[in-house]
Amino acid sequence: MNLTIDHILAGISAGGQYALIAIGYTMVYGILRLINFAHGDVFMASGLIIVYLTTAMPLQYAIPVVIIATVFIGFLIERAAYKPLRSAPRMSVMISAIGVSYLIQNLALYITGGLPQTYPAIPWISDSVELFGAVTKRVTVVTPVLTLVLVVALVVLIRYTKIGMAMRAVSKDFETSQLMGIKINKVISTTFIIGSFLAAIGSLLYFSSYQSVTPTSGAMPGLKAFVAAVFGGIGSIPGAVVGAFVIGICENIIKSSTEFSIFSDAFTFALLIIVLCVRPTGIFGEKTTDKV
Amino acid sequence: MKNLLKLEDVTMQFGGVVAVNNLSLEVNEGEIVSLIGPNGAGKTTAFNVVTGVYEPTNGRVSFDGKAIVESYPHGKMNRLYAGENKGVYKKHIVKTPDKITKLGIARTFQNIRLFKSMTVLENVLVAMHMRRKSNLFTATFMLNYKEEKANKQKALDLLDKVGLLDVKDELATSLPYGKQRRLEIARALATEPTLLLLDEPAAGMNPQETAELTQFIYRIRDEFGLTIFMIEHHMDLVMDISDRIYVIDFGKMIASGVPAEIQNNELVIKAYLGVSEDE
Amino acid sequence: MKTKKFNYRIVDVALLIALFALVFLADQFLPTYDIKFKVLQKGAVFALVAVSMNLLNGFTGLFSLGQAGFMLLGAYTYAIFTIPNEARLSVYKYYTMTNSAGEEIGGLVQLVLPMGIAIVLAGLVAAVFAYFIGLPVLRLKSDYLAIASLGFAEILRAICQWKGLGTLTNGSNQLRMYPYFNSIMPYFLIAGLCIAIIALLIKSTYGRAFKAIRDDEVAAEAMGINLAKHKMISFVISSFFAGIGGALFAMYQNTIQAKPFTTTLTYEILLIVVIGGIGSLSGSVIASFLYIACSEWWLRFLDTEGVIPGLSRNGFRLVVFSAAIMVIVLFFRRGLMGDKEFSTERIVNGVKSIFSGKKKKTKEVE
Repeated sequence: MNLTIDHILAGISAGGQYALIAIGYTMVYGILRLINFAHGDVFMASGLIIVYLTTAMPLQYAIPVVIIATVFIGFLIERAAYKPLRSAPRMSVMISAIGVSYLIQNLALYITGGLPQTYPAIPWISDSVELFGAVTKRVTVVTPVLTLVLVVALVVLIRYTKIGMAMRAVSKDFETSQLMGIKINKVISTTFIIGSFLAAIGSLLYFSSYQSVTPTSGAMPGLKAFVAAVFGGIGSIPGAVVGAFVIGICENIIKSSTEFSIFSDAFTFALLIIVLCVRPTGIFGEKTTDKV
Repeated sequence: MKNLLKLEDVTMQFGGVVAVNNLSLEVNEGEIVSLIGPNGAGKTTAFNVVTGVYEPTNGRVSFDGKAIVESYPHGKMNRLYAGENKGVYKKHIVKTPDKITKLGIARTFQNIRLFKSMTVLENVLVAMHMRRKSNLFTATFMLNYKEEKANKQKALDLLDKVGLLDVKDELATSLPYGKQRRLEIARALATEPTLLLLDEPAAGMNPQETAELTQFIYRIRDEFGLTIFMIEHHMDLVMDISDRIYVIDFGKMIASGVPAEIQNNELVIKAYLGVSEDE
Repeated sequence: MKTKKFNYRIVDVALLIALFALVFLADQFLPTYDIKFKVLQKGAVFALVAVSMNLLNGFTGLFSLGQAGFMLLGAYTYAIFTIPNEARLSVYKYYTMTNSAGEEIGGLVQLVLPMGIAIVLAGLVAAVFAYFIGLPVLRLKSDYLAIASLGFAEILRAICQWKGLGTLTNGSNQLRMYPYFNSIMPYFLIAGLCIAIIALLIKSTYGRAFKAIRDDEVAAEAMGINLAKHKMISFVISSFFAGIGGALFAMYQNTIQAKPFTTTLTYEILLIVVIGGIGSLSGSVIASFLYIACSEWWLRFLDTEGVIPGLSRNGFRLVVFSAAIMVIVLFFRRGLMGDKEFSTERIVNGVKSIFSGKKKKTKEVE
């Protein structure tokens, strides 16, 4: 073990990045009861897009464009792959999500030719800073702060706006809210737009600290973020954030050990299974009973 | 008369809501007993306790003289419990629904729950799986062909008795509503029960069909030597067929007795007048 | 129909025999480097794994995504117990040990089993793990079950790569030099036998119980079906055959490593099941061969530059392929076979009804 302040900082930073992805999972699950397996790949796609954009335009334009593009991809996936299956069994929608994930990864493989793409260095946040005696990139510090700001903004949006109220209603009872005249498709699209927006921000931060993008680099962070969402109680935004930080920090502590570092991914799943067995609704989740 | 099913002080509480409150009742062998009450009174919940779907918060259910379900408020409920008779029951007996079915209690469902991908015949055959003599090996390698053949014959006989033989190869869910209800009963009978619980068997039926159902229930009771405990809203059917009736409202028993007594009971009339029925 | 029915079963059996005869011929005439040779081998392996997954996902309604993990266990078990002792020193060169006689040996296991026994053992190891994984996981509902089983598969993969078990699993290095079949027939025979057993199981009273659980858990339990027990039976049997599939996969690959047994592998198998039709065994088999043929052979030309100007180059094949899969998933949700099984009778009747047109159709409605 050579646990240092570096690992803790990296953990907090990773936690923030997972949190931004996890919110997309938890919101979609809350509303559609769907594990959006493609979400991690949207996150990866966002990373790839900026790699290609920066060859064509300066960074200050590329960043807003990539955010818009990611949001559009998220929106498009929902419309093309999930909306036609609205009345289908849940398993079909999940399979569709897996299919989309497979498609995006293959598309990325085709475009990149399978070579890892170097992520552009974003000035200021890629700069080195010294913190508690450890040298790290500024992104490590920016991530948790930005994450918390965005989460607070999101919670305010959900609690105090009309669309937020509609979202809460739909996640409580899909059918009834439809009967009450809530435009279900609009709510779902908004959910995907918010989720993809946060994934785009997460992608900027994540790849700034990892430096290269490959077609499969969205899969693992995606799954981990989903586990974070389950850990915190799926459907709960604060839960997803807490879960993401727990996973990010624990994972980086495990990584610090040379002996057990191979388990840094497996740990996440072990945590998931323990949570599911002990408290399937997560730490902040609500209990529901099936009606016979 | 031998007592077959006995509920003692059964309370079922969900969070702060007491769905069934201190319910005690008895069903004797060979009787047809009805449980009635306004919508949301807790009738189906009581059935779910008897069949092991829910674990009661407090109380005991005995079948054929043996406790099959018994519980007392524990865990979080120890603090939240709002019912009576706390501390009377000390044992914790929980049986899963399949174990209870094996003891000889079969049921139908209020909202029909047939196996939708299977034919009428297969629906009945599934119910015979429980009493199989074969094991995984003999069943897979068709060494149990004698049993399979006998079961199939039994299932066909059963379908003949309930008048569904001509549709045996149709998909269960393609049948008209009335026949689906009958198939549910046939499927329950295939588990070889001594006690049959019917959850609103006449729901959605017109008077003609209800009259037929009355005859049908009498017939299967005699033919299979059954005791019947049912939930029903059709008062004609209930008054006609029941030996005894229990009435519950807000989870609590408000009256019990033979049909004539119930018909003139003030409390029952009040409970029903205040609430509009579903028909 | 009043007239004596023509027995189409005979035709089905004849077709099956013809298939094996073709495989026999392929073995005689195809060179081992031929792509068709590889496609047939891999197709058979995937057919078995897809059918085992269909037993669980299609027939029992348990949406499990752990198949890659059980294949991994099977593959490793097979490899570990069949590498000849004299080869172990070079395979396990980073994990050598000294035995009681003071000689240097490669790895912990020095027991070499015959191939047949090792294949069965591969299934058994996967089944035993499935039992213990099933205890917590099978209590979970639909998507939680999916993600938890996927998680277990990932954990197994990490364990197999762990240095601490290096003397057993060779860490993240390859296992190689174990025996394998250098023809197509053994793959077809083993996969065919396993698929036949699964088909028999599904036809039995247990199969009906599985379908009952899939259709309605509450009703199945009320009919006296022990949910925990039957889900476990299905899970363990499915994993047993996935383990055997893993052993075959190890043979097909000649070398094995934990790396390729990712969730992507599970997804691929799932997509095969979906393409074939969830709830159809013959569908899974047909889809496996189609899938493997498309991805390895028929669509190869798309990867050649210039075939479609400006578009076709390395990787384009998989894009077209996954887009086609999406079309199936979205618009042909029942897959090739829906929940029906392949039979000549159905095909003949289908063709007949096309020719006789309307008349027949209205009759059927009556």
